Amino acid sequence: MSKVGKRIQARTRPACERVKDFNEVELVINEEEAIREAARDIKYCVAPCMNRGCPVNVEIPTMLKLVSQGKIKEAYESLITRTPVPSITGRVCQQEVQCEGSCVLDRLGEPIAIGAIEKFVGDWALENGIEVAVSSQKKGKSVAVVGSGPAGIVVASELQRAGYDVTVFEAFHEPGGVLTYGIPEFRLPKRIVRREFEKLKNIGVKLELGAVIGTTYTVDELLKNFNAVFLGVGAGRPMFLNAPGENYANIYTANEFLTRVNLMKSYKFPEYDTPLHIGRKVAVIGAGNTAMDAARSALRLGAETYIIYRRGRAEMTGRAVEVHHAEEEGVKFMFYSSPSEFLAADGINVSGIKIMKMKPGEPDRTGRPRPVPTGEIVNFDVDMVITAIGFYPNPLIPGMTPGLKTDDHGRVVVDLEGRTSISGVYAGGDIVTGESTVIEAMGWGRRVAKTINRDLSRT
Amino acid sequence: MIEDFLKMHGKCYYSTTANPCIGGTVLDIAREGTILEKEELTTNIYEMKLYAPKIARAAHAGQFMLLMVDEKGERVPMTMVDWDSTQGWIDIVYQEVGTTTIKLTGHGVGDRLFYVAGPLGKPSRVGKFGRVVVIGGGVGVPAVYPIARTLKLQGNYVVSIIGAKTSNALVYEEKMKEVSDELIVTTDDGSRGLKGFTSDALRGLLLNGQEFNAMWSVGPTLMMKACSDVAAGKIPNSFASLNSLMVCGVGMCGACRVTVKDKILLTCVDGPEFISYDVNWKELAIRLKSYMREETVSLEMLRGADKL
Ligand SMILES: Cc1cc2nc3c(=O)[nH]c(=O)nc-3n(C[C@H](O)[C@H](O)[C@H](O)COP(=O)(O)OP(=O)(O)OC[C@H]3O[C@@H](n4cnc5c(N)ncnc54)[C@H](O)[C@@H]3O)c2cc1C
Ligand SMILES: Cc1cc2nc3c(=O)[nH]c(=O)nc-3n(C[C@H](O)[C@H](O)[C@H](O)COP(=O)(O)OP(=O)(O)OC[C@H]3O[C@@H](n4cnc5c(N)ncnc54)[C@H](O)[C@@H]3O)c2cc1C
Ligand code: SF4
Ligand code: SF4
Ligand code: FES
Repeated sequence: MSKVGKRIQARTRPACERVKDFNEVELVINEEEAIREAARDIKYCVAPCMNRGCPVNVEIPTMLKLVSQGKIKEAYESLITRTPVPSITGRVCQQEVQCEGSCVLDRLGEPIAIGAIEKFVGDWALENGIEVAVSSQKKGKSVAVVGSGPAGIVVASELQRAGYDVTVFEAFHEPGGVLTYGIPEFRLPKRIVRREFEKLKNIGVKLELGAVIGTTYTVDELLKNFNAVFLGVGAGRPMFLNAPGENYANIYTANEFLTRVNLMKSYKFPEYDTPLHIGRKVAVIGAGNTAMDAARSALRLGAETYIIYRRGRAEMTGRAVEVHHAEEEGVKFMFYSSPSEFLAADGINVSGIKIMKMKPGEPDRTGRPRPVPTGEIVNFDVDMVITAIGFYPNPLIPGMTPGLKTDDHGRVVVDLEGRTSISGVYAGGDIVTGESTVIEAMGWGRRVAKTINRDLSRT
Repeated sequence: MIEDFLKMHGKCYYSTTANPCIGGTVLDIAREGTILEKEELTTNIYEMKLYAPKIARAAHAGQFMLLMVDEKGERVPMTMVDWDSTQGWIDIVYQEVGTTTIKLTGHGVGDRLFYVAGPLGKPSRVGKFGRVVVIGGGVGVPAVYPIARTLKLQGNYVVSIIGAKTSNALVYEEKMKEVSDELIVTTDDGSRGLKGFTSDALRGLLLNGQEFNAMWSVGPTLMMKACSDVAAGKIPNSFASLNSLMVCGVGMCGACRVTVKDKILLTCVDGPEFISYDVNWKELAIRLKSYMREETVSLEMLRGADKL
């Protein structure tokens, strides 16, 4: 281990301090640290990190080599051929199961801190105003991108750079999709997301906010005005537990809670107008990224916060580092617990949950032990509940677009290259895969951008 | 005013690019959300004409839009009361009830709202039904007006019942008269028309043996529930336009959820119009009470700021 050196540890603000605000938890490493960490990379490694780990095949060895030589600008240029927004992917990718999880040094317990380096390089480029190259050859063709989440960002950036005229249509008043309304400020500062959109604007991408495709413009209308249409509308419709009492006041879906907090800045209420009930004791149902984000936000608003999960610790799906941060900050976990009913003492506001205790059973389809009820029910007093049990693909466009084929889960059906059942209409990201990850959505974006470029070059 | 405005600003947003205007309408996105006209209809109730060409060109009766007064504002839903797709405007009528609506009144002609989006929700299920009754209460009267107008245009026999607390609070009486074959007015205190609620007037009509094939109601939750109860078993089709609290307006947050026929649906995308007999009214009323405490805080802030 000594031969490969010790992995750099990004400085993390102490838990007692960071729970008091929404500022970023993990600080960015400095140039000297980045160079030292990148220099740990093994020469002549076959780079499973890039080929098997990273869903968009970032050329990690090249990037690391350039960083270790202090060539940060060149490292950035190499990075953005695969991820146009390294300051975002460096922050939110599930590195421990992707690039870093495949690093040959992982077996020694000290994989290269690829995420931290990527975040450093991305931020460095933003600070130094590095602009990306745009093809000087205009194609004279236009593309409509629907949705400004990770998938839409990649398609817009790649096609504009290739010489197309791209217009992004977004329903909300701020672009970014989940990056803006879902992932909290303390994990992904919104100024970073905004800067990425400024860069898109600088290369000529047009952004139209408040455009709800399906009602404001139909897909058909877009098709008449653009040469191709890309649908990257995400998996935003929240799932419900369908347990009795779920609609009492102060029971939120994670999407509503996080949208109020992140997009509408309720944590600054009443400076910002959107209200948010802040419970004293909050139960978050679920244990994925969304649940962790909701729990850690509730904690910062001053609540005693519990994660209630029907499976065990090992089966949690959130990023490992977020789970770790949540625990450090004081989020409490209740495993093998499944809400069976919500109670409201005054008939209006939630006051408690009936929890069915579970136990691990036979492995299910996912290979994880299936949680089975024990029959034991406990009452748990809370004054606010946040449900974070998953999302359906956004049904608005499929519902308004005759001829657009979807599967039984409501996902838009595409061929391997992202073509939908309607000629000229493409799709990618969560609307195609169901709830997934930022980098998977971007991977789709890249693939579909290539397809669109190929199809439009032919005609 | 509107004509001047359009002459001045009516360039096409897309005209400089390869894309012609979508649907051929003038889309001056840079001016979108500008207040073209503002009028106080009665104490606390205002009518506002907004420049919103992309909403106007796609609007249907029964749909709504969302607005944010400023960057720090709430996303607030408002029914579109009237619109003109060629001139690119929409009308809304609102009642001053809290922070957003008070801030709205603080803005005048020429000011631009931070954000507008729409049209949202499913269009009203108007059609040729024959004899129909249309009920509006309070600011629900202007909201039900485009529905009544469309029903009339489609050749239905339209009986309208409109109500308010008192005569001074009643708006859109003239407009409703224009689109109704019969118009009944009620006030809680009897200061104009019949004394009582709109549901009482409906009960009276039904007791008199009048028959209707369909009913629409827009107004306070209690009013819509009362009308629905009166109509149950007597009017085969009854639609109510719900006013759930909303955040996103596009079906991703779940704030506006309601139980309809034992299924959780979203008012903003599955509604706002639902079959009134299937709505769990009790739950809707509960969820509307969610933010009473915070709304008071916000209002006190605003009033405090006014005094400074
Ligand atoms: C709280 C939370 C935390 C997460 N944390 C992580 C994480 O740490 N790491 C990770 O890799 N993944 C994480 N994910 C998952 C990841 O964010 C998603 O997989 C990814 O954002 C999907 O990208 P997308 O572009 O497909 O869609 P989205 O990001 O959902 O964007 C879709 C956009 O389309 C817009 N839209 C929808 N319908 C319309 C319409 N009709 N007209 C116009 N616009 C429309 C929406 O407003 C939205 O802006 C998290 C998800 C959530 C909810
Ligand atoms: C689909 C839809 C269409 C609507 N159309 C109109 C319209 O055409 N004209 C109009 O004046 N209002 C309309 N509303 C209601 C309007 O959105 C609210 O009045 C507005 O949000 C109030 O915001 P505020 O900040 O001024 O008041 P807040 O401070 O948010 O609320 C003040 C008071 O109003 C109550 N309130 C808030 N929202 C609602 C609501 N949705 N329904 C009933 N009571 C509420 C609160 O409980 C509180 O007592 C509509 C609502 C929906 C869902
Ligand atoms: S994009 Fe994500 S998975 Fe790929 S190398 Fe960067 S951090 Fe790792
Ligand atoms: S697997 Fe690890 S050591 Fe090998 S190239 Fe990738 S980062 Fe370097
Ligand atoms: S308001 Fe967000 S789902 Fe309806």
